[in-house]
Amino acid sequence: MKTLWIVLTLAPLAALYAQGNADNGKKLYVKNGCYQCHGLEGQGSNAGARLAQKSLTAPAFIAYVRKPAPGGMPVYSSKVISDADLTEIWTYVKSIPPPPPVTSIPLLGGQ
Amino acid sequence: MAKDKKTVLGRRGFLKAATATGAAALVPPAVVQAQAVPAAQSVRASRPSEAAVAAETGLGAPAPADLMINERPGSDFMVDVIKALGFEYCCANPGSSFRALHESIINYGGNRMPELITCCHEESSVAMAHGYFKIEGKPLMVMAHGTVGLQHASMAIYNAYCDRVPVFIVLGNILDMAYRRGNVEWVHSVQDAAAMVRDFTKWDDMPVTLEHFAESAVHGYRIAMTPPAEPVVLIADGKLQEEPIAEKNLRVPKLSLASPPQGDSGSVAECARMLVAAENPVLVAGRAARTANGVKLLVELAEALQAPVVDQRARMNFPSKHPLYAASFNMAGADMILGLEIQDFWSVLNQQTPLNRLGMESKPVIKPGTKVASISVLPLSHKSNYQDFGRYEEVDIAMAADAEATLPALIEAVKKLITGDRRRVFQERGAKQAEAHRRAREVSRQEATHAWNASPISTARLSAEIWEQVKNEDWSLVSNIRNYMSDWPTRLWDFEKPYHYIGQQGGAGIGYQAPAAVGAALANRKYGRLSVNINCDGDMNYAPSVLWTAAHHRIPLLTVMHNNRAYHQEVMQIQLMANRANRGVDRAGIGTAITDPNIDYATMAKAYGMYGEGPIMKSADLAPALKRAIAVVKRGEPALVDVVTQPR
Repeated sequence: MKTLWIVLTLAPLAALYAQGNADNGKKLYVKNGCYQCHGLEGQGSNAGARLAQKSLTAPAFIAYVRKPAPGGMPVYSSKVISDADLTEIWTYVKSIPPPPPVTSIPLLGGQ
Repeated sequence: MAKDKKTVLGRRGFLKAATATGAAALVPPAVVQAQAVPAAQSVRASRPSEAAVAAETGLGAPAPADLMINERPGSDFMVDVIKALGFEYCCANPGSSFRALHESIINYGGNRMPELITCCHEESSVAMAHGYFKIEGKPLMVMAHGTVGLQHASMAIYNAYCDRVPVFIVLGNILDMAYRRGNVEWVHSVQDAAAMVRDFTKWDDMPVTLEHFAESAVHGYRIAMTPPAEPVVLIADGKLQEEPIAEKNLRVPKLSLASPPQGDSGSVAECARMLVAAENPVLVAGRAARTANGVKLLVELAEALQAPVVDQRARMNFPSKHPLYAASFNMAGADMILGLEIQDFWSVLNQQTPLNRLGMESKPVIKPGTKVASISVLPLSHKSNYQDFGRYEEVDIAMAADAEATLPALIEAVKKLITGDRRRVFQERGAKQAEAHRRAREVSRQEATHAWNASPISTARLSAEIWEQVKNEDWSLVSNIRNYMSDWPTRLWDFEKPYHYIGQQGGAGIGYQAPAAVGAALANRKYGRLSVNINCDGDMNYAPSVLWTAAHHRIPLLTVMHNNRAYHQEVMQIQLMANRANRGVDRAGIGTAITDPNIDYATMAKAYGMYGEGPIMKSADLAPALKRAIAVVKRGEPALVDVVTQPR
């Protein structure tokens, strides 16, 4: 239990200084099934929250994945995915460009 | 009885010959003889004696002609009964145990009321009836073997049962062992045919006379239609179908449907008092609207109270554009909750802990002191074995009554109690809800922009593209879109009319979607509606042959494949288990992915004789494909567009 606490405590710190790679992050995003609930472009669904365009820091991101909200996503321990890989995934998520403005999409009531 | 015995013996002799010589021998021997010689010669030639035929063919003496012809079989009277019940259609995959009834429907009955609908699987027959009812409000008839056909049909029957949908199921069976032709009919016969589905049907009977058949058919129809409406089973014994009508003075009893049960006046008055006194009441609707009037009544109650309505969309209960429509609602904020025909009210009021499969912990989501009332017919029809009754809900008022039938009295009682002061409070509450509704619609539009141009196509984009093509038509969405489509149609479309949505499977059994959509489209056809089915790929593969049924019977239906190439719900389940076991999710696609090879649904559609297009990978290609397919549907035919989509 003590070991787990240390891991949980240190994980965000480690990630804070990590440098991610968006391309590799996208591969890891797919490999680890993130897209199944959050969508390939992080748009979210009724099974998982939108990740794109969210002001989420890497430490917060990693902390959440390690200990998600009750009833939500599967727990990803450090045994199944490393902090470094999570950082790459976070980098990919942050790299997703903003969507077109709703006002530019006629199908959504825009012009 | 003596005549009966003679008939049986003659038929058995003929059948023995048929078995020995194959299909040709199915024609009576005298006819075979006539066809074997030139016409002129046959006129001159004397008819060979029975002994000569027996000696020449080795088949034994042919049966007398009067035993081979029966121009008034019992199945004709069965058709009289069936016609009196007003079925438009009878769905069936052909089966010998109901061959006489089949023949009587198409010939004696003229194949009208009911018209026979050829299905390639009994699960399709029942699921078509399921979808049909939710548009038409009337049951379809289904015929099936009492054994193998019913076994195929059972999953769809369970869905209909859980969704409280009546289906009138007629099973062929041969109870008299002396009537069974060899091994196939022995293995197709059963002592108690309905036993297999008795746990999830409302009623069944096994008539032994035609009079009995008539009364049980009318009785069964009424039982099926009385809320809670559920499937019923009637056995049409093979002997009863095929033997000549011997009973005298046969008649079809008059059909009178039972009025649905209404909540008692005391409970209605108390419920009204709670609703009017509440500061934050919420109405939660499951299958509240049985008819078009149910939608109007729910709107009337909501407007009288200016209370939000959470529509679980087990039926189309409440217009999505209405300012009191609540896309989501925090039950902790309510001080009065009225549940209307909710399948699982416990889950509205409670929450299980995240690790419920390990800890089985739960807690209420409502605050202490919240008043709760339920109006539902579900308590009137509980069984034990299958657990669809759910957990016991703790409520203040439990009316075992039909919600739609009770709403007029409840509305009247509510209106009588509203004072000027309460009306002002209600108006303020309604204005807040209207603003929340406006914001929710705006958020949905904003959220839909994410992954707008993604490939595979997002479910939001898919929903918006379909809506653009159908919004000016008289449309009817005949598929379950809540979970699988992240509820995007509900968020982006304007659901208003009762036929704009038909709800879900009921029993959450996959394989319902495609046939239920075809059945609903069959009902929509005579009204000229554009039926739209967003069909998940996993579901389509259970019984895709229903596409042929749609093509064969010219049932106009636009099917858009939500092709995420996986049993996606199960992918997520395996992910949860894999990470709980601390093994990682990278193998979660094993046993859940529908890839390698990818299934070509457009080609599948074409193989079944209908228009097919796709796979569509790019969102820019979607609108033109939908336009082409809708043009086909408007010509009165089914069409399918295969769209490769994001998982949810």
